[in-house]
Amino acid sequence: MMALASRARRKSSSRQARLSRQAADRLGRAVVYLLLVGTSVCFLIPLFWLVTSALKPTDEIFVFPQVWIPHPAEWGNFARALTTLPFGRFAFNTLVIAGLTTLGNVFASAMVAYGFARFRFPGRRVLFLVMLATLMVPGQILLVPQFILFYKLGWINSFAPLTVPAFFGSAFYIFLIRQFFMGIPSELTDAAYIDGANEWAIFVRIYLPLSKPALTAVAVFSFQGAWNDFLAPLIYLNSQKLYTLQLGLSEFQGIFHTQWNLIMAASTVIMLPMVVIFFLAQRYFIQGILMTGVQG
Amino acid sequence: MARKAHSLRRHETAMGYFFISPWLIGLLVFMAGPLIASGYLSLTDYNLLTPPTFVGLQNYRTMLSDPNFWQALQVTFYYAVLSVPLDLIIALAMALLLNQRVRFMRWFRTFFYLPALLPPVAISVLWNWILNPQYGILNEALGFLGLPQPQWLLAPQWTVPAYVVMSIWGVGTWMVIFLAGLQNVPQQLYEAAVLDGAGVGRKFWNITLPMISPVLFFDLVMGIVGAFSYFTQAYVLGQGIGSGAGVSNAGLFYSLYLYQKGFSELQMGYASALGWVLCFIVLMLSLLVFKSSALWVYYGGGDRS
Repeated sequence: MMALASRARRKSSSRQARLSRQAADRLGRAVVYLLLVGTSVCFLIPLFWLVTSALKPTDEIFVFPQVWIPHPAEWGNFARALTTLPFGRFAFNTLVIAGLTTLGNVFASAMVAYGFARFRFPGRRVLFLVMLATLMVPGQILLVPQFILFYKLGWINSFAPLTVPAFFGSAFYIFLIRQFFMGIPSELTDAAYIDGANEWAIFVRIYLPLSKPALTAVAVFSFQGAWNDFLAPLIYLNSQKLYTLQLGLSEFQGIFHTQWNLIMAASTVIMLPMVVIFFLAQRYFIQGILMTGVQG
Repeated sequence: MARKAHSLRRHETAMGYFFISPWLIGLLVFMAGPLIASGYLSLTDYNLLTPPTFVGLQNYRTMLSDPNFWQALQVTFYYAVLSVPLDLIIALAMALLLNQRVRFMRWFRTFFYLPALLPPVAISVLWNWILNPQYGILNEALGFLGLPQPQWLLAPQWTVPAYVVMSIWGVGTWMVIFLAGLQNVPQQLYEAAVLDGAGVGRKFWNITLPMISPVLFFDLVMGIVGAFSYFTQAYVLGQGIGSGAGVSNAGLFYSLYLYQKGFSELQMGYASALGWVLCFIVLMLSLLVFKSSALWVYYGGGDRS
């Protein structure tokens, strides 16, 4: 835009035209910033409202017009909310599930991606297309039969149905990592090959370390997906001691359905890790989306 | 020599299959097997506790006269028709704003994108409070602007619109995709257009829109599929109202209905049939978008992988 403007400026000979163009540019820029700030405010208000509501004393919730700054701030709401149900336990369960899922997804998907990226074998093209096709199958159709499978295996009410499938890779992540592997120059591996390294060693010692950006993107996505997941834990976990944070929060809302300050306190705490991860790893989220979204 | 090449190729095949074996096993055990089972189960009456009894196409026939099935379809379509175009337009507008080479672009992008990553349960719980007809901030804002203040989730005709309003908060992912698409548009096109005297509007209609139409197309397909997978928000916000899907089932999204049939009522056969119908609808809609895409998607010359 700036380059454009300056080029256009050089072209225009009359000073008057230049001035009016500058004024128009400045006005346009002001409008853009106004819109950006306005939209940002709209997008951040719900989060602000979440936190202030979490800090409100009970008698300030149901007043009209709303109180924006709680007085006094009830920090005790957090302790009350988080001890009413065993949220510490839920957090531990969620970490275990998300950790295992991430580990499985990253390692298994990388392994399969290596198979697809590095070897030519009969059936490779067809299998790769099958894999892409599985991305189009809506998960809902698998809900019932997978449940029956895990039921027959005796896995209901355990973490197994939520974590074991990750160790078989996931089509979306395999695709993502394979795209990255395709860009690794073969000279690197040829040298190792001549030195007598076998395929497994090349995978572990050359491909994995070179693919940190892609693997991190998969790890971050996978962790976020497992942390935020609701449907699978809802179906597979029955006893409260196995609940994840999301299940716990949903139940919490059911029990305390009008104590909005406590509900908001619990929600704040459950959102917080995602906000932190987002700020630490925003780059990877965006990279991951771009690798899949734009290539279409 | 020929023998060596042959054994090399065998080695390569063995290695290839070894490395993809996790996915191949997973495909058979967690996907192909369940898919076949689901096809059969959809033709049975099965409650998990007694063996399935074959009933032919009975489940599909029942569906035709099941008012809740039609309600679920209606709610889901209504939501998709309202939310997908609205969300895409808003996301595109936001991406266009961010593409103006503005300062602090990273911060603005962060603000717009953040809500899309937060846990859907927590988001739903928060919006349940925001949408509260008496004390929620949405109605307070509407009242301040002198607009009507609907009962949202407590009024059947406002239930789906409430979900649509909530969905706007999560358009960040679309926006990031659009933004990348916009940044891939060659600058020369705009420069040439300016020399030809094109204004902002002309540049948008004749350059930007055609150039990002593949992205738009991708998002449209994903948006439609997404509406049929819409579950968590429907479950959490429907919880405790009526039979768990809002007032007079006004929030009975398709996935929620499938869940209720399969896991609350243990009608596994019927739920499987619902799954196949969903699959069929999603497939048809995707095909429709694919087929029509030739009319409106512009693929630039050549080097698309």
